Amino acid sequence: MTEFLQQLLNGLSLGAIYALIALGYTMVYGVLRFINFAHSDVFMVGAFIGYFAGEHLPHDSIPGGLVALAAAMAGCAVLGIVIERLVYRPLRGGPTLNVLITAIGMSLFLEYTGQLVFGATPRAFPSLIPAKVIAVHGLVISINQLLVIAVASVLMVALELAVYRTKIGTAMRAVALNPKAAQLVGINIDVVISFTFGLGSALAGAGGILYALNYPSIDPLMGVVPGLKAFVAAVLGGVGNIPGAALGALILGMTETFIDGSRFSTYKDAIAFAVLIGILLFRPAGLLGRYSTEKV
Amino acid sequence: MAAAAAVAALSAGSRAQEPIKIGEYASLTGKEAAFGQSSHKGTLLAVEEINARGGVLGRQVELITEDNQSKQGESATIVKKLISREKVVAILGEVASMRSLEAAPICQAYKVPMVSPSSTYPKVTEIGNYIFRVCFTDRFQGHVLAKVAKDTLKIRRVALLTSVSSAYSVGLAEYFKERFTADGGQIVIEQRYTEGSKDFDAQLTAIKAAGVEGIFVPGYYTEAALICRQARELGITVPLFGGDGWEAPELVDIGGAAVEGCYYTTHYSPQVDSPVVKAFVAKFQARFKGETPDAMAALGYDSAGVLVDAIHRAGSTEGAAIRAALAATSDFEGVTGLTAMDRERNASKAAFVIMVKDGRFTFVQSISPQRIAP
Amino acid sequence: MKRIPTPLIALVATVLAAFGVSFFSDRIDPYYLDVMIGVGINVILAVSLNLVNGYTGQFSLGHAGFMSVGAYLSAAVTLLAGPRLLGEDGGTALQQGLLFLAALVMGGAGAALAGLAVGIPSLRLKGDYLALVTLGFGEIIRVIFQNVESLGGALGLNGIPNYTNVFWVYAFAALTVFTVVCLVRSTYGRGFLATQDDEIAAEAVGIDTTRYKIVAFVVGAFFAGVAGGLYGHFKLTITPTGFDFTKSIEIVVMVILGGMGNTPGVILAAILLTVLPEMLRAVEQYRMVLYSLLLIVLMLVRPKGLFNFNFTAIAARLRWRYLAARK
Repeated sequence: MTEFLQQLLNGLSLGAIYALIALGYTMVYGVLRFINFAHSDVFMVGAFIGYFAGEHLPHDSIPGGLVALAAAMAGCAVLGIVIERLVYRPLRGGPTLNVLITAIGMSLFLEYTGQLVFGATPRAFPSLIPAKVIAVHGLVISINQLLVIAVASVLMVALELAVYRTKIGTAMRAVALNPKAAQLVGINIDVVISFTFGLGSALAGAGGILYALNYPSIDPLMGVVPGLKAFVAAVLGGVGNIPGAALGALILGMTETFIDGSRFSTYKDAIAFAVLIGILLFRPAGLLGRYSTEKV
Repeated sequence: MAAAAAVAALSAGSRAQEPIKIGEYASLTGKEAAFGQSSHKGTLLAVEEINARGGVLGRQVELITEDNQSKQGESATIVKKLISREKVVAILGEVASMRSLEAAPICQAYKVPMVSPSSTYPKVTEIGNYIFRVCFTDRFQGHVLAKVAKDTLKIRRVALLTSVSSAYSVGLAEYFKERFTADGGQIVIEQRYTEGSKDFDAQLTAIKAAGVEGIFVPGYYTEAALICRQARELGITVPLFGGDGWEAPELVDIGGAAVEGCYYTTHYSPQVDSPVVKAFVAKFQARFKGETPDAMAALGYDSAGVLVDAIHRAGSTEGAAIRAALAATSDFEGVTGLTAMDRERNASKAAFVIMVKDGRFTFVQSISPQRIAP
Repeated sequence: MKRIPTPLIALVATVLAAFGVSFFSDRIDPYYLDVMIGVGINVILAVSLNLVNGYTGQFSLGHAGFMSVGAYLSAAVTLLAGPRLLGEDGGTALQQGLLFLAALVMGGAGAALAGLAVGIPSLRLKGDYLALVTLGFGEIIRVIFQNVESLGGALGLNGIPNYTNVFWVYAFAALTVFTVVCLVRSTYGRGFLATQDDEIAAEAVGIDTTRYKIVAFVVGAFFAGVAGGLYGHFKLTITPTGFDFTKSIEIVVMVILGGMGNTPGVILAAILLTVLPEMLRAVEQYRMVLYSLLLIVLMLVRPKGLFNFNFTAIAARLRWRYLAARK
């Protein structure tokens, strides 16, 4: 029983990280209808920002960790906005295939430039938060895991508030529903899209820091696999749907953890893709998504 | 006539001044750059020393190094290039068994001797009689670790946490299991992971629930460090131990306090009290800005040393002659110990048991092949 | 008398030329031979992917997965069935050749089946989703091979017999180009293009887009499998990780550089992107950075590809000039 509860906790923590990344994917897809392949590498940049910030911050202190988190979020937001402005905006309105290819190119560029600049060997992420562990009835909870779950929840609530209670959030939802109509009622699409990218990238940056706190070995390719899984989570929950992304991430995190502890642990990576294919075959709108008819 | 003879003699003389080309293929960039860079430095130091002493057979040695970027498929191409374009007389490499397996068939087909510094997977030298290694095999290493578990750690119930992505890890796990169970120990639970994984909580939770006295992790340092950390975080207090894949400064950087008191085996230790080792460490530090050589550097150094010694004994640069001389190596004094080639072209040498103490790799004992004969 | 179609002449000529070159292969520097073989294999991969991505508009990111199926299957045939069929001494050159041919075809067939398995679920998917699902299939295939012990597991297979030579590679490269060109010039080609242009409109006029998509996937996968078999018997060692997403991307870059749906352009791109990295080995670490920049810049500046010249127009103009000069 303890083992089961422990795995549950592990799954929750993993799912929380996937959720933070998945939110970025789902928001961008909802507004622009394309998969931002470079998102997973923004996640990686967040972790590296934390690494370099950590060299100037006190270790093992909560304020220090929060400063690193804020720095990563800010840095990644800027990166996301810059990428959108330079590379995606010129292609808006063109064939979606071109944007897709550009996104893949951007992702590869970030990864391999990272390898060039930082070297491909993993680095040790500094211990910014005191790495303590609480033992409760045989269950082991690390401060890092609690932090991940707490921060992820706070950020998700903040996101919900931003999207449903602020003006720009409403504008985002309008653009997601119908970009042309949104323009007609006077919404500045460029600003909204930049904001969406910035927000999503900030969340990815936060995800990067939290991931690195839990698994303190960072390298330029660290974003590839978590990014793909987070995207699967977004699709699982219904792409474009924020609570859906969180739900999908949670389910995926749990499933992965339980498979990992079983005999089939080496099939772990394939599980995420099998889930993706299954969902797209049987319920393409996702668990919480709605079917929409395509008009021609 | 006399003029022709004179010209012939002159050109023969000038040909004799041409350097002897030795090829090296290593992972200088990419995921395993740490290992490749290390062994390359050792090899480079050896070649520079040899040339300073006048080279071999009256000629200087030219080391031609190619980088395979730690990628599959590259080693085959660059080895072919070294053999056919650069016309090297022998090849040094590689550190990782998987990449040695890739290049060995090519060296064997072209009858160019290949000397691997640290590939421990047994199958590497089985490819053919032109393939040698100056390190022990995982068969030996696995048995040594079984003995360490039994006699030093004094444990009977062990968990196995293997990386299924590497020949080295799978092989080492097999040989450990073979010897440990034969000696009366019990592998209580086996878990697996793939290289690149960051999260081992699931496997470790299962291991913790099984109640073991120790965890054997025959993988590379990146994952080993994370595994130790997460094990300690989960409240697992039993010792973790592994093989020569653990040795890298990142083990302590990433693992931190979690790797204290953990053991691993490797091919050498800079702390061994022998004049040969001390001299090597001093020379290496002088050449490479104070860096202390690790096992990969030491083996890289010895691989070049053994090869050049064989060329010297062969008296020629013909592939077959070098091969025969390599096979006959019987008492080469390397920094990793006395090296002799056995019939399978593997070096019969001692293993060094290292413990992590106060964040440093501390030499515990050395175990020679005779001591662990069943 | 009916004119023999040009593609057929080109095919036969290339096969004969390849045979000829292969005859003199021991006079050629082994390294150059290697590069030539590498070029040929990449041509097969790029042209077969071009059929799926370029002509039919199905953006597939899992081509390396089909390559791996072909590599493993053909290696399994030569390693397991080889000794039994050829006997102790390894058989004559003809016997080896036949075995190799059989192995390659079986590898291609296996890959084609995989193509079917990937193509059918992907029918309903478009653009981004399709890309991701094909990527996913590529990864699933990799994970499966990593776990199948009889095929070596994560360690892969090695000791594969060295059967690949210039003849086989260029014969199959010619066959691939021939097949693709013939398909494209036939009604199938119209179907492919219609599917790419506007699927809904195509369906509305009665074109069975399903059939064309499946045919594209299966044919593309078959040749990718053959390329995989050639690759395996060339490098002599194959591992699951050698056929990952990065490899798929390398092939995609060739298709995009050459211009999607432009076979001659894609062939040129494949040649360029095989030879250039070899020549620039010194700056190898910048290769992927340059590739990614190339993708971005191409899409921004010249999305039709670098080599997307109108070859028919150029050929027609040259012919005109030749005829005019003759007068």
